[in-house]
Amino acid sequence: MSAFLRVAALVVRKDLTVEVRSLEVVSTTLFFAVTVVLIFAFGFVKEGVPMDGVAAAILWITVAFSGTLALGRTFERERQADTLRALMLAPADRPALYAGKLVGMLLLMALVELILVPLVGLLFQAPIFRAPFRLAGLLAAGTLGFAAIGTLFAAMLVRARSRDVLLPVLLYPMTVPVMIAGVRGTAALFQPQPDAGMAQFWFALLVFFDVVFVTLALWTFEPLMTD
Amino acid sequence: MSDFDTVTADGVGRHYGRRRALTNISFTARAGDIVGLLGHNGAGKSTLLSILGTLLAASTGVVRYGGMTSAVAGASLRARIGMLGHDLFLYPELSARENLVFFGRLYDMPDAARAADAALERAGLSARAGDLVSSFSRGMRQRVALERALLHGPRLLLLDEPFTGLDQASAAALVGRLREEQARGVVTVLATHDLDVVDGLLSEVVFLQGGKRVAAPASSGTLRDRYREAMHAS
Amino acid sequence: MTTAVKAQLGIAALMFAASPWVINAAPHEATMGLVYKIYFYHMPSAWMFMLGAIVAGVASARFLFAKRQASDATAVAAAELAVVFGLLALVTGPLWARKAWGVWWVWDARLTSSLMLFLIFVAYLLLRQFGGPGSEKLSAGLALFGMANVPFIYVSVNYWRTLHPKTSVVPTLPVEMGIPLWFCVTAFLLLFLALLSLRATLERHRARIDALYLSHDEA
Repeated sequence: MSAFLRVAALVVRKDLTVEVRSLEVVSTTLFFAVTVVLIFAFGFVKEGVPMDGVAAAILWITVAFSGTLALGRTFERERQADTLRALMLAPADRPALYAGKLVGMLLLMALVELILVPLVGLLFQAPIFRAPFRLAGLLAAGTLGFAAIGTLFAAMLVRARSRDVLLPVLLYPMTVPVMIAGVRGTAALFQPQPDAGMAQFWFALLVFFDVVFVTLALWTFEPLMTD
Repeated sequence: MSDFDTVTADGVGRHYGRRRALTNISFTARAGDIVGLLGHNGAGKSTLLSILGTLLAASTGVVRYGGMTSAVAGASLRARIGMLGHDLFLYPELSARENLVFFGRLYDMPDAARAADAALERAGLSARAGDLVSSFSRGMRQRVALERALLHGPRLLLLDEPFTGLDQASAAALVGRLREEQARGVVTVLATHDLDVVDGLLSEVVFLQGGKRVAAPASSGTLRDRYREAMHAS
Repeated sequence: MTTAVKAQLGIAALMFAASPWVINAAPHEATMGLVYKIYFYHMPSAWMFMLGAIVAGVASARFLFAKRQASDATAVAAAELAVVFGLLALVTGPLWARKAWGVWWVWDARLTSSLMLFLIFVAYLLLRQFGGPGSEKLSAGLALFGMANVPFIYVSVNYWRTLHPKTSVVPTLPVEMGIPLWFCVTAFLLLFLALLSLRATLERHRARIDALYLSHDEA
């Protein structure tokens, strides 16, 4: 177990060092996320007033879009000097490599969400400070579910042709439950009479989803990555 | 740690659907051997190296590492293999030293930092240890990449076109480095186009054409002559 | 084609030919009129769709973990059938909805979750088509994840829908309707099994031809 954590931590630290140096994925993803939110504004703001209950949907769709972009870039970088193969060649536990890449993705997406959530709150008048812990919980659980599947799919698609278009094609239908639970749970918090029970229900569903799919991903990573 | 002193390919083949990348390749390499894989582009050299490196499963046949196979030994076997691919296997955003330390730790080496420093010393790059790999010239990168593959003291060294883009001095240095490892009892398998450089270095030559091994010609000319003869004979 | 498959296909053909009379014999439903009888094709299609998804998921797991090459053929066959029967269910569903609720599409929980699962299997076929070499392994992972996702899709879509005023549920059928329904389910099941084994056999033949081609090439 300690070897698992050691390898995962090693990969996370390596990814962070690379990202801190180049800031490539963070800066492009962040800019992309802001653009997406603004484009939504043209659809959902009428005469200066945002339509009812759109903030939650915009927040989660933007998370999904920018998450896909970040996944694609992160694994493209591992493909460039074929370093993903170098990782697979190491005697390290392969699921630990997956766990490391997943944690790196989560940190990245958390950073983007840190900017994204206040932005949506500001532009669409969403009460983001009304239940900050519940909102953070929903975002954390939802992002984990999305990134768990996304990291596995992006890693396995590194070897495939048309990987850029296939990633969203495979990822979006698979993460429909995350989107529904995230949007509905967040909307329950944002509505004029917040419904804590409903948010709690969706949060529980997300946690259950996370448990199932993180387990499944750790379990299938090895057979999926060996050719 | 599981060790071995022979590597045997026994009827190794690999196909993708109907496309055959490699057909029925057999050879044996012992400790201290340097085996050259020679052939045109697309002859199956890289596929064979990937199979030897356990990155790719053979469709037919088996590779034996001493008494082990990759299906059984997995991770413990990978610990004894060093590979330098067609690409560098280095992170351009990290410094040379960071790359080496990272991989050393990934291979669970007790003192990865000291091993990395020693490797940089051997590559003659101690002065530039802290510089990003992306700022290096082709030859310098290649040297770091080779040291990365050798960092954990592998028994089997797999090199894919290690001489590409190297000037004469760098190529000669690389040959010297390979001879050192040879003396240590490393089994080396390398794919290359640079026939003049490796002439005299190789202890065995596997000529590949269209994924098949073609017979080595009986003549005893230079490697280049023998290569030409082998490729024309079939 | 084996005798068993021929027999299955023959019986299925006869049953489908007879099905209009059997369905016609089912009691008339007052509110829906004639259109409700589409249910006798819709329901079996939806069940075969689910069956296809489950078979594809299980076969993919066997292919991934037990490395059984033959299971891959079963998985493709089942995934293609899931798409075909899923499409049938998704076309017949709105026909029902038009009559029952007055609109083609009301985001009915079952139809919506079927649509989402359908998309996963379309993605499966896209990956196999465009993923290049090695994509059979990747698509096996996708099918396995798709199967694990079924309960999540169902629960999430269901709760998402019930947040809104409920339109209507599928009416429970009286017993006399059960017989024609089971008749149709049997016909669909026979057709499904026959197509599954035909398609899987075709896939195995293709693999054998590849192998023969390869060995000829070697000689």
